[in-house]
Amino acid sequence: MSRVNSVLLPAAVVVASVVGLLLLAGTNPWDPLKIIVEGSIGWPPLEEGAARKVGDTFMVWVPIALASAGLIVTFNAGMWNIGIEGQIIMGAIASAWIAREISVSRPILVFLVILAGAVGGLLWGLLVGVLRTAGGVNEIFGGLGLDFVALSLTTYLIIGPWARSGVASTSGTDPFPEDSYLPALGAIKLSPLAVGIALLALVGVWLLFKGTLYGLKLKAVGRNRPSSFLLGIPTNRYLLGAFMICGALAGVAGTSQALGFHQRLIPAISGNYGFLAILVVLLARFRPFLVIPISFFFAMIAVGSSSLQLRLDVNPSLGGVLQGVLVLSAMFGLGWAGYRALKEMSASEAKAGSG
Amino acid sequence: MINALVDMFDTATIASIVAGASALMFATMGETISEKAGVINLSVDGSMMLSALAGFVVAFETDNVWLGFPAAAVAGMIVALVVAFGSIKLSLNQVAVGFVLFALCTELSRFLGQSYVGRPPVGVPAWDIPGLSSIPFFGPVLFDHNLMVYLAYITVIATYLFMYRTRRGLELQGIGERPEAAHARGVPVNRLRYFYTALGGALIGIGGAAFSLDVILGWSDRPTRNLGWIVLAIVIFGGWHPLRAAIGVLLFGALQAYAINLVPEYPSLSQVLPSIPFPAMIVVLVIVNWKALLKWLDRYPFLRAILRSDPPTAIGTRFEVN
Amino acid sequence: MSLELRDIHKHFGPVRANDGISITVETGTLHGLLGENGAGKSTLMKVLSGFHSADSGEIILDGKTIKLASPVDAIAAGIGMLHQDPLVFLPFSVIDNFVLGSPGERRLDRAAATRELNELSERYGFNLDPETPARLLTVGERQQLEILRLLWLGARVLILDEPTTGISADQRAKLFVTLKALAKEGMSVIFVSHKLEEVADLCERVTVMTRGKVVGEAELPVPPEQLVEMMFGQAIEIRDRDQVSLGSSHLALDSIRTATGLLSEEPISLEVQAGEVIGIAGMEGSGQDTFLRICCGMRAPKEGRVAVGGQDMTGKHYRDYLAADVKYLPAGRLEEGLIEGLTITEHFVLAGEDRSFFVDWGAARKRAVEQVEHYTIKGTEASTAESLSGGNQQRVLLAMLPAELTVLLMEHPTRGLDIESADWVWEQLLARREQGTSILFASADLDELLRYSDRILVFFSGRVIGELDASATNVDEIGLLIGGRRSGTEGVAS
Repeated sequence: MSRVNSVLLPAAVVVASVVGLLLLAGTNPWDPLKIIVEGSIGWPPLEEGAARKVGDTFMVWVPIALASAGLIVTFNAGMWNIGIEGQIIMGAIASAWIAREISVSRPILVFLVILAGAVGGLLWGLLVGVLRTAGGVNEIFGGLGLDFVALSLTTYLIIGPWARSGVASTSGTDPFPEDSYLPALGAIKLSPLAVGIALLALVGVWLLFKGTLYGLKLKAVGRNRPSSFLLGIPTNRYLLGAFMICGALAGVAGTSQALGFHQRLIPAISGNYGFLAILVVLLARFRPFLVIPISFFFAMIAVGSSSLQLRLDVNPSLGGVLQGVLVLSAMFGLGWAGYRALKEMSASEAKAGSG
Repeated sequence: MINALVDMFDTATIASIVAGASALMFATMGETISEKAGVINLSVDGSMMLSALAGFVVAFETDNVWLGFPAAAVAGMIVALVVAFGSIKLSLNQVAVGFVLFALCTELSRFLGQSYVGRPPVGVPAWDIPGLSSIPFFGPVLFDHNLMVYLAYITVIATYLFMYRTRRGLELQGIGERPEAAHARGVPVNRLRYFYTALGGALIGIGGAAFSLDVILGWSDRPTRNLGWIVLAIVIFGGWHPLRAAIGVLLFGALQAYAINLVPEYPSLSQVLPSIPFPAMIVVLVIVNWKALLKWLDRYPFLRAILRSDPPTAIGTRFEVN
Repeated sequence: MSLELRDIHKHFGPVRANDGISITVETGTLHGLLGENGAGKSTLMKVLSGFHSADSGEIILDGKTIKLASPVDAIAAGIGMLHQDPLVFLPFSVIDNFVLGSPGERRLDRAAATRELNELSERYGFNLDPETPARLLTVGERQQLEILRLLWLGARVLILDEPTTGISADQRAKLFVTLKALAKEGMSVIFVSHKLEEVADLCERVTVMTRGKVVGEAELPVPPEQLVEMMFGQAIEIRDRDQVSLGSSHLALDSIRTATGLLSEEPISLEVQAGEVIGIAGMEGSGQDTFLRICCGMRAPKEGRVAVGGQDMTGKHYRDYLAADVKYLPAGRLEEGLIEGLTITEHFVLAGEDRSFFVDWGAARKRAVEQVEHYTIKGTEASTAESLSGGNQQRVLLAMLPAELTVLLMEHPTRGLDIESADWVWEQLLARREQGTSILFASADLDELLRYSDRILVFFSGRVIGELDASATNVDEIGLLIGGRRSGTEGVAS
């Protein structure tokens, strides 16, 4: 009963609130959903000519999935890596730097930009970790501060040193040399390499916590630091490790943004996918394989809702509202089910006790 | 650099810092109260945005700026109650609930506010206090603003007096410090936690409305410019003490004004300078958490009281009567 | 005020913490409630002070049945409870602690409250500065503060739950004087303790509880053996001490000293041989904890040298000590020991010798099943740490110890365990000792210290005040030293 409640209740809340919002915005509830699906994978799904859209959706899925994979690691280590946005951005910047500065043969260059992205994100993640372990700065605030630093660094580069030839504009840099792009499928943006890396990352994270001693130790550190220390686990080193793994994965997400999707540096290079990934991971309850469909669904919403404005005069932020309501109601649904279960248990206990 | 520094001491700049700080002042007091009771409301930034919109919409539609503030307070209060309900009743993680609400409120305010973008602003009318406002320096700095600015500073003093000079205020501190001891003394811990979280949310909401109806004027896409997050850091810097937190808000405002004043001298850094307060926040947090400093302070009770930031012991935890 | 508890039942799940308890406390008496840890005394007192509601039973005060739904109801009825860890707010000043929760006007009149506090304080000979933050008070002073507060609120029945844990001998003496004076004024005092000698010292009447039931009542004084028999069923015999064949030096401390605070005054030197058991006695917080942490490398002493197995370990990291087979088990089993949410199998993997990157879960599970059986842990290999009872958590912790162990440092090895588990724990520890492991254990249980130690180190206020040969000493001598009085006879540390 409570199991059913924990699914049905949130679902009902999501449906009710989205329908309510849409009626408030003056459209019927069906059209926006159809447009979201149509805009992301075509209507009917995967119709002819939808390849470009599907490609875009996959390329939005990649950074969300990569960031989610990283966040599963930090969450298991008991850390709120709100700094993930900054790690994505620094990955993008590092990749962009290589793409602009280095000219070698294409395969080597692609390898180098991905490596640079990983290193850029890793270092930025490490900084959050060092602030936390050595400076005592809560990772939420340290990470957040570094997010904003990374964000303004991007803007600085775009209007400063990396400004477009001729006009300085905040819209973005010139496109990078084509040799540095992540190899894509013909005319569409879908990069099998990027998708492969994201899948590999999720499988890797699953394996890390399922089958390795390192993952088990990370989990131990996340749940009880004093006990872990007494067991001989170098807790700070493991925390830093978690931030580095997460940062590296987020950094590659940045590479995918800069050299897969946008093919240049824009101010909003992270696409807010880091924060979105936090929602994804909370909804997936830290399970890597659940991340795959959920982040795809979130990517569909992100891509599909961009045409809402044009077609229905509905603000694209409807997509974000939908995602937020979904996660919040899932959390509260589960919380409610847990609360009921606890109550029933203590009620039956009391009965057994007095009987 | 020197010019910018000189500008800093200019009366008009100081007055503008005092006026511009009102929104953060309300929100910081709200978050301080909430955390003092033991509940972290991480949604501040989103919460302020949603209530900024609520305030603006009501003020715009009724053409009465004063109706905007209660509307915003209600919006902030509702968000805070969701955090309180999730953590107190359902034992959800406060940080998780707060973060999700931040994301949701941000998007919701954009969605609901799209038709209000760029509408003519309704502003709080200026009201210089006769007599007081003509005192040299202090007049323009303190008494030549509008009602909401005065109210912000009154709120700071009221929060301080309430917390440290009243029985109820002592109870507020008690439920965040050691709930089981408060319970033993007959203080209804969870009921008060709901109450103070809601009260804090209402103040955060008024802070949001102070943005859209006073400091920034009007509704745009992201009126708080991430300042809601700064509020959370200032509460830590303020050591969960209303007066210290208020000083934190003013210092932050001064830093921001200073950074913006530097822009004409360093135009290439125009995008970077306004975000200086964020790394500055990190530096400040490093300092207040610096172990050697904390140890040193332990030897000087007076300095310790001023400089140490000890969070309420039971912050972020649940309390259950068994 | 006379108080009667009639047939109180309180169950937590399957645990019958109170199983039909009836006690009568007469007006103006000091009534002892004696029993081992886990006998149900604390639960009963929580029922009486409104923290728990009883499943059934009656509380009768001066002939009237009362209902206690919360602690406020209790204090309103005149029942005040002093908790083992006094429920004060540490950052708040004494006066704020005093007034918080008291009825009165909205505005805080600290001046008026201060006058009342000082008046009460003077009456009972306490010396509390109203402006001092409670965190700077000793536990004894915090108790004094709470007692005054409860009296101020009109308590006529005062319950003290293990009040002598963690306070100095002076403060204890003062507390006893105060309690006797209160009883003389007509106050009913219930003194809850597991320390026989204290109850015998202070009380006029005693009720003994074991496993949730009242097993005996007596007017004091009675011969101590009679009380012991009520508590344990039969008088304990001191273990026949096997002659230890002392081996090589396993742990050597050479005049260690910390920079400030505990253990900073007098340097400590100690040499522990293989297979030796050192008991560590003292009031809680007298420096035992710091001492053990120095022995395992978690704290570095400012001066002096530490050697393990003849090898100099001064300044080395905790993990180096671990590698030298020094292991430390602190008192908080779920806080500093086990990890909530992880299964027994996962705990064994974390503690195991196998350092390979991939975990062979099949083998790990098999090993865990064997261990669960071998150590008679009530639970399965998939049980999480927090689902186990205290005794079983201790079993898991002992099962996690490495096979090779040079030095084992332990805090309160049997605290909160039932007798069966406690005996089992010592069986294991003594078996370790046979293999040559040196054991240092801190305990608040004098019997345990006397029964199992070869030597006993007594800590008092941050220094070692005595080093005793366990076979040549007795409860009284240790008791004196714990209270800070050097006996002046043999074996006193320099």
